[in-house]
Amino acid sequence: MNNIGKTMIINGTTVPFTNEKNVLDVVRNAGIDLPTFCYYSELSTYGACRMCIVEDEKGRILSSCSEVPRDGMVINTHTPKLRKHRKTILKLLLASHCRECTTCAKSQNCKLQDLANRFGIKQIKFDKSEKAWKDEYEIDDSSPSIVRDPNKCIHCGDCVRMCAEKQNVGAIDFALRGYEMMVTPAYEMPLAETECVNCGQCAAVCPTGAILIKDDTMKVWDAIEDSNKRVVVQVAPAVRVAFGEEFDMPEGANVMPLMVAAMRKVGFDEIYDTSFSADLTVIEETAEFVEKLSKPEELPLFTSCCPAWIKYVENKRPELMPHISSCKSPQQMFGSVFKEYAKDNATDDREVVVVSVMPCTAKKAEAIRPQFTHDGVKEVDYVITTQELANMIYEAGINFDELVPEAHDMPFGLYSGAGLIFGVTGGVTEAVIRKVLEDKSHNSFDSIKYLGVRGLEGTKEFELPLGDKILKIAVVSGLKNADNLIKRIQSGEVHFDFVEVMACPNGCINGAGQPYSSVFEKKERADGLYSADRQTKIKHADANPMVGTAYEDIIKDKAHQLLHVHY
Amino acid sequence: MEKEVIVIENATEKYAALDAFIEDHLEMAGNLIIILQEAQSIFGFLPREVTAHIAKKTGQTQAKIYGVATFYTQFRLTPIGKNLIMLCQGTACHVNGSQLIEEAVCEELEIKDGETTADGLFTLNNVACLGCCSLAPVMMIQNADGEETYGNLTKEKVVEILRGIREADTSAAS
Ligand code: SF4
Ligand code: FES
Repeated sequence: MNNIGKTMIINGTTVPFTNEKNVLDVVRNAGIDLPTFCYYSELSTYGACRMCIVEDEKGRILSSCSEVPRDGMVINTHTPKLRKHRKTILKLLLASHCRECTTCAKSQNCKLQDLANRFGIKQIKFDKSEKAWKDEYEIDDSSPSIVRDPNKCIHCGDCVRMCAEKQNVGAIDFALRGYEMMVTPAYEMPLAETECVNCGQCAAVCPTGAILIKDDTMKVWDAIEDSNKRVVVQVAPAVRVAFGEEFDMPEGANVMPLMVAAMRKVGFDEIYDTSFSADLTVIEETAEFVEKLSKPEELPLFTSCCPAWIKYVENKRPELMPHISSCKSPQQMFGSVFKEYAKDNATDDREVVVVSVMPCTAKKAEAIRPQFTHDGVKEVDYVITTQELANMIYEAGINFDELVPEAHDMPFGLYSGAGLIFGVTGGVTEAVIRKVLEDKSHNSFDSIKYLGVRGLEGTKEFELPLGDKILKIAVVSGLKNADNLIKRIQSGEVHFDFVEVMACPNGCINGAGQPYSSVFEKKERADGLYSADRQTKIKHADANPMVGTAYEDIIKDKAHQLLHVHY
Repeated sequence: MEKEVIVIENATEKYAALDAFIEDHLEMAGNLIIILQEAQSIFGFLPREVTAHIAKKTGQTQAKIYGVATFYTQFRLTPIGKNLIMLCQGTACHVNGSQLIEEAVCEELEIKDGETTADGLFTLNNVACLGCCSLAPVMMIQNADGEETYGNLTKEKVVEILRGIREADTSAAS
């Protein structure tokens, strides 16, 4: 179809458009803000909330999200009639919505609250009759990662589509009808009993406080305040390039040094980096991969860093389990190695508590898996998300932007650029490639990025010449993409030697624990990690001097126990 | 919802029958509703285990199946009693006092619309027009013997009918 030269008139201005899939996109590309509840460009169109309405020249009202743009269209986006309708919709939603904003964890990130403010809605005239007031639903906090409060649901269905379309899980869906309609797992089961993989992507798109991430900050505060505890914290790679957004800093800015300063003020005793244990992961996973290369029947090797992916395999693709790398994730490697180290390096007799700051909600579930508790001691004690750490900093009254940058503690604050890029889709693969390449020169590493390993596409496939072999590699993010790839592998259509899977689209930078953001593609955050990698002198795992020391002095002959796991 | 502990009798045969039906309709677009109808006619209602089974066989999620099953009033998620009372609440019956009849039934059986008595003998379902408005208010009772329609109901009459069925059941059992 030739779309060149098409235009429409929006609010009296001629606006050209090409292949936008709906009028809403054309309007937004023209710099006009239209409110929506039920629209994400990456998900299918639902057209239920009616906030995106526009008026055509005949006075007809269309929902712009489900209207195909046509050449010569004339539309208005903010006529008095439309404004009135939008207000009515908001009032109706608010009529049956809990209005206890002050105690809602979503306050200030809630679209409903935001739009009610923007539209100046001060009073809800609709009768708050017994029937209209939804507070009859129990809050479901069965999951270690997610809290569901159906009382705050506005039925936009964003979570349902996210879970089914992007993650191929479908743990929640609409049930019942009419006034009783709700979003719920089958039979209103607790979420923990469903096939939910704890990815949190439903919470990331929820416009209100109906799906939230479990808050574990109290446990961390308690540990910090307990003088009998030595509280060390590890920070995952992806956190640093998103954290600043919570404090109005640009997306993608690497604020790790400021975070270190803030965390010291909050009271953490030692501040380390998960990028260090990511380096260990690279070494172990590469060794496993190289070994499997001589046993082609055991290929492909799938990565194991992402706990939501592991859970997905357990639920839906158990036959793949033998193909999953036996490496623990960097979070767990950090915990187990640090606790081993602390046995011989006790600063005093305080109990060691390992806290992780993660972009991820599934890490909360990973840390409490029985495989990661030994003699009653967890490898990682508490997991908080990027957002939760930001809340702790607010709560501690620290002015983040006035801090002076500080450096990590040593020795586990030392990491390579390869460990850093774990946070973006393709990063684990690139780190492994750096490890397997003979030529460790700058040029050799620089040329890796032209293979096709970088970029935010959900599925990337490429070849890597290695010695006399050509390795076939795939990198996927989003579990639906993973499942599609698995189908192709199982049907014999394609073969791969190595497959990296991250459950969240774009990888960990887009984890559900990261600051809320309306943009789906996290390009700035990805660039932030790659630029942090460019600024490190240590480019590959072996070059991290701390890695060698860790193997010699801590891990010794216990690599199997400390760094590997069988699910 | 409480997790029901229900033992399915002759489960193997029932599942085999369901599987054969699913097999025949797997390729059909929009097959979920007829599969659920068949499952309900085999099992009498839609137990959790059965929808989980259908989910596996069809590749649909159980949450989606639950959504469909709770959207249409024809589907039941709990077992029904031996006698299914379909009490008409259509316009004619409404005008002729079906509300009072419902009250009488509820009082007599100690259940509400959609519920089943503790002894498993009766289930009450309010329905829209049964199509015999000249007999309003009307109810229909469905059981193993077939269907029986009762018209021109009064509070007294309906209580008498229900007690009659209960007595017949106890004497049949002894
Ligand atoms: S956490 Fe992920 S898998 Fe679980 S319900 Fe939400 S989107 Fe689905
Ligand atoms: S965004 Fe168009 S109807 Fe909700």
